Amino acid sequence: MEIDPFIFRLSIFILSIFVGYYVVWSVTPSLHTPLMSVTNAISSVIIVGAIIAALSGSDGVVFSTSSIFGFLAIILAAVNIFGGFLVTQRMLAMYKKKKKDK
Amino acid sequence: MSANLSAILYLISGVLFILALRGLSSPETSRQGNLFGIIGMVIAISVTFLSINNFTEGFVYVLIFLAIGGGIGAFIAYRIPMTAMPELVAGFHSLVGLAAVFVAISAFINPEAFNLGTPGNIKLASLIEMSIGAAVGAITFSGSVIAFLKLQGIMSGAPITFKGQHLLNALILTSIVILTFYLCLTQSSSLFWVLIAISFLIGFLIIIPIGGADMPVVISMLNSYSGWAAAGIGFTLENSALIITGALVGSSGAILSYIMCKGMNRSFFNVILGGFGSTDQISKDQDKEQRPVKSGNADDAAFLMKNASSVIIVPGYGMAVAQAQHALREMVDTLKKNGIKVSYAIHPVAGRMPGHMNVLLAEANVPYDEVFELEEINNDFAHADVAYVIGANDVTNPVAKTDPQSPIYGMPVLDVEKCKSVLFVKRSLSPGYAGIDNDLFYKENTLMLFADAKKMTEEITKSLN
Repeated sequence: MEIDPFIFRLSIFILSIFVGYYVVWSVTPSLHTPLMSVTNAISSVIIVGAIIAALSGSDGVVFSTSSIFGFLAIILAAVNIFGGFLVTQRMLAMYKKKKKDK
Repeated sequence: MSANLSAILYLISGVLFILALRGLSSPETSRQGNLFGIIGMVIAISVTFLSINNFTEGFVYVLIFLAIGGGIGAFIAYRIPMTAMPELVAGFHSLVGLAAVFVAISAFINPEAFNLGTPGNIKLASLIEMSIGAAVGAITFSGSVIAFLKLQGIMSGAPITFKGQHLLNALILTSIVILTFYLCLTQSSSLFWVLIAISFLIGFLIIIPIGGADMPVVISMLNSYSGWAAAGIGFTLENSALIITGALVGSSGAILSYIMCKGMNRSFFNVILGGFGSTDQISKDQDKEQRPVKSGNADDAAFLMKNASSVIIVPGYGMAVAQAQHALREMVDTLKKNGIKVSYAIHPVAGRMPGHMNVLLAEANVPYDEVFELEEINNDFAHADVAYVIGANDVTNPVAKTDPQSPIYGMPVLDVEKCKSVLFVKRSLSPGYAGIDNDLFYKENTLMLFADAKKMTEEITKSLN
């Protein structure tokens, strides 16, 4: 009997929860704020869905109801992607070790 | 691009996201981790473009909107002050939530574009996944907006409670489940809209009863929700990058909420159901007779510090409010010049989000190896000469260890009172967020410095020189 592809996706999902669990526990508490901003940025990979939605209009019609929602979602996700990664970068650049020459 | 190839590339981008989080296990590897995250995102977006194969007029608009959003995001990222990080993260969560809702709506209106069937005849599994994604996304959105408003001070941080609140919330949550069930049965679009509307409502209702100091839990929780929303959409789109990311973010937020709850010794449900520091506790405190406190000025503080051999700094939310982190670093530099050993002690729930204090200290150029977590440093207070408490309150309250009647009993606290002397910078004797008096104010060895945290720190530095 063939296995429903849904089961494969469910397996990925469950295993990823476990991976996330162990990876996040190993994050040092002093980096918890960058952790939140970077998770924010990567969860905006939802833009993938937004792009498909935006290009869903039939021939010659760029703005249909469904594609407008897609375009709006692209803006929102793009704010998050750029904002999230850049602010994380900015924060991480500030974490410095004690200078030895003091 | 073939479907199999793009599926593999999506998987790779998911793996890169895992590495991005993995990098955060130490500050040295973290920057590389962030780069992995960016590469993962670039791969995911490029694959989507290539697999669509539809470089029409619409594609140009996609790029335009991407640039608009990216420009706004980059602008915010460069301009935002570090003290406003909690608001920023809450704001960003709301965007992820709303984006999830929009994608779900689009998929519902035009399922053909997503290969999910035809309008009114969407595959059952997809419809369930879509509803979950939309509902969780909507909750994330409205909840985050409320959290944002509370953090920004536009809305009062005080918990908003009313009679029958929990019953109403329970009713709404039940109706969301029932609506999803009927939606799957009837495929009715009006039910879909109602589902989204009441999900917005419940997100709003869940967050309003939660007070300002519980924001670390709320932000972490909304972080988690935004992940589950992304995962729900990932199932709908059959996209492994989204599923992996959603699971990662979901569990990340859940762990952070757990750590924050543990830092306050409260159960998750206790926080969510709200009403901490309820009114009867405050009125009981007002009955207490006035106890004597010792207060001093910057010169007294400077004198004590000058004669110390080790000083521990305990920063809290008040430091962020007063923007005192740079002044603090200057004071510490002066102390170090005098050969005094200085370290920083950070409580898990200090500030308004996990790791908030660490970022602020890093911004002020404090090396991260001078900053310690509660468990690492708590034994050192007994050997230290001076503790400088700046903007923290409840997290130093010894009552948590001694008085089983106290609402914060059992909460892990910094053993500040064990220091030879304690300098407590605070504007007044008013109780902390939990609404209870801090016994530390009245200890023999405590000197209260009644002033703005930044001003006082600057004056001490002057006096030290």
